[in-house]
Amino acid sequence: MVERVVTGAHFGLRDWLAQRITAAIMAVYTVILLVALVGGVPITYPVWKDLFAQGWIRVATLLFAVSLAWHSWVGMRDILMDYVKPAGARLTLEVAVLLVIAGTLGWTVQILWR
Amino acid sequence: MSNATIRKPRPKYLSLHALLFEIRLPLPGWVSILHRISGLLLFLAVLWLLFMLDRSLSSEAGFESVRRAAGLPLVKISLLLLVWAYCHHFCAGIRFLFLDLDKGVDLATARLTSVIVLVASIALTAWLGVKLW
Repeated sequence: MVERVVTGAHFGLRDWLAQRITAAIMAVYTVILLVALVGGVPITYPVWKDLFAQGWIRVATLLFAVSLAWHSWVGMRDILMDYVKPAGARLTLEVAVLLVIAGTLGWTVQILWR
Repeated sequence: MSNATIRKPRPKYLSLHALLFEIRLPLPGWVSILHRISGLLLFLAVLWLLFMLDRSLSSEAGFESVRRAAGLPLVKISLLLLVWAYCHHFCAGIRFLFLDLDKGVDLATARLTSVIVLVASIALTAWLGVKLW
């Protein structure tokens, strides 16, 4: 057992839990979207447009996007911690990942509420 | 120390050759590393996918352009790869959630669920491929 000072850092439990909760949210969304799409009618532009014009799917998609943002941050940070050891390179890539995630979120909002 | 024991040379350093041809991953290991690889792929593709969502919802012409692009062989293969990545990440993720709850951690069950994940994600990909094109 390694002696560690608890102050100043959490032990990753919050991220660990968040990764799983966001995964569950995205899984539910995936099933809902599949049911909505694979049902019967072929997906034409009006069908597609109408689906995303509904309030509930916009909110659900936003929930998905926020979940994806958090989930992918935890996942990408795990990957960077495992394979990228030089601190400078890791920090640079982490910032790049965060920028992509933030941009994705903003863009998603823009697409959903155009 | 028994003389009958043949001592393997230690330490053994990992070479690319060893990684590729000597170390055989067990099936749960394949599910695990593919979970990571599929997650990375999906992250790298997220801007492209969002771009297609944007185009497809912007106008009738945009929708048609996405549909036409999806028919190009290279795009189709890339999208199918991403569909597989999503399906695998989904199935393997559910397996990991159960493992977190201490369900299916014994060797026999873990192997069985690994096979189920690998087969189910490919089957799902095939089904979605048929549905999409």
